[in-house]
Amino acid sequence: MLRDDLIEYSLHTHHSEEHGKKIRKKIFFVTILLTAITVGEVILGAFIHQSSSLWPLVKWTFVALTLLKAGYIVMVFMHLGDEKKWMRNVILIPYFIFVAYLIFIAIWEALEVGSAIATYGN
Amino acid sequence: MDEHSIELDSKTLWGGKESPFSTSYGKLMMWFFLVSDALTFTGLLIAYGYTRHAAQAAWPIGEETFNSMPFLGHGYPLLYVALMTFILIVSSVTMVLAVEAGHRMDKAGVTKWMIATIIGGFFFVGSQAWEWSHFIHGSEFGKIELTDGSQAIVRGHFGEIENFTVLQGGTHFKANQVIKTDLLHQFQHAAETGGLYRSEEMVNNLREQKNIIASLKMDTAGIEGSALKVTALRANLISLKKQLEVIKSKPVTSGVIVLHDGSIAKINKESDEHMMLITKKSGSKYVVGKAPIEGKNAADMYYESLQEGVPNKVVYGANLKQNEYGPQQYGQFFFFITGFHGFHVFSGVVINIIICIGVVMGTYHKRGHYEMVEKTGLYWHFVDLVWVFVFTFFYLL
Repeated sequence: MLRDDLIEYSLHTHHSEEHGKKIRKKIFFVTILLTAITVGEVILGAFIHQSSSLWPLVKWTFVALTLLKAGYIVMVFMHLGDEKKWMRNVILIPYFIFVAYLIFIAIWEALEVGSAIATYGN
Repeated sequence: MDEHSIELDSKTLWGGKESPFSTSYGKLMMWFFLVSDALTFTGLLIAYGYTRHAAQAAWPIGEETFNSMPFLGHGYPLLYVALMTFILIVSSVTMVLAVEAGHRMDKAGVTKWMIATIIGGFFFVGSQAWEWSHFIHGSEFGKIELTDGSQAIVRGHFGEIENFTVLQGGTHFKANQVIKTDLLHQFQHAAETGGLYRSEEMVNNLREQKNIIASLKMDTAGIEGSALKVTALRANLISLKKQLEVIKSKPVTSGVIVLHDGSIAKINKESDEHMMLITKKSGSKYVVGKAPIEGKNAADMYYESLQEGVPNKVVYGANLKQNEYGPQQYGQFFFFITGFHGFHVFSGVVINIIICIGVVMGTYHKRGHYEMVEKTGLYWHFVDLVWVFVFTFFYLL
């Protein structure tokens, strides 16, 4: 039975073979990029150890590259970049506000606890 | 950017009936579920970050812990985890290709890429099983408690045990018998239970001491007229203790093992190479966060402690109470975070199989669109997304 009151939004996402080629090209590009970043991270980690003076820089590079990878996965693979702007915002903004707060409060606290343990013992 | 949605004026959009996001209920709910699941994983990783920052230098480093490859052995830091990451990225790509094929109503294409995704998922779950097994069994060296009470993890190449030659027979093995099977297992079991000693002399010395102490206890319990005997026994005990000091001051060798039947056997073992002790718990002499102890010195200290004949000096692998890599919480976080993620991957594979059956049966083709593939795809990409963060925060940093 066909219901005419239901709007099939997924029909809007249908595309032609020609357009598909363009999309597949983009997917291929993202695959190469994600793989290259992962390989780069392992090589960087193999050469610069945590005892190195360059480590803080490498550490933040890892975090930045991770966010870049995550961005490509969410925006391209999960098609969030193709959704309406406010759907994107409703999903991302509350999450980021909460997580930024939690990271700040937890890591700050942990460093204080750590230095207290270092000073006074367990 | 809005290539997926048709343009509507705001009056139509908010006038009812239309979804203001131009998205179906199911897809939006999948997104809301993923946000809540993301918060769970965020909570876990932040808890990990908290514990790690509080533990500071005692916390293990990924490349110290995960440096093995199947069939190749040690010395490949993080390569295996990188391979797992690659497998998961590839299966994410095949999933997005299935979604793309669905948008063209290409049933054969969707089926092909869904099956590829499922295979990728199984590969990942299998890799994780290997990783867990390796983590639980641990290295040949284990974590050692040194003579000053500090604890150190050990890196290096463990020389192969060739055989045990029985020096002093017991109830099962005869003298001069050569044992060639199950060597590492017996060695590690002896190390855990205090069955490794410096030499045959040391075992005999300690056995005599034990006998004397036992008879002294009996005598003082009330046997009359043995005052002379007690004095003699005490003198004997003192001289045995002096002899033990001499035995212990001799250079460290591969030592002897006391087997389950009480026989003493010499351990014939190739020498270890590139040994390195990294302190993970401070003692009276060695402190966490200092440069590792290397070379001959490291080997001597390791075997000195191992060959004391005292139980619980060494920890192999991991369980929920202790692990050879670092603090107790490290093992628990490993099991919980990678386990929870692995469970998500497994559920993802199961859901993918169910949807794939639907694709093959033509359920979605009849419906006119492959939105179900899109929805399961969202979940699958999310699993990949979580792994990207686990890879960085658990293994790389």
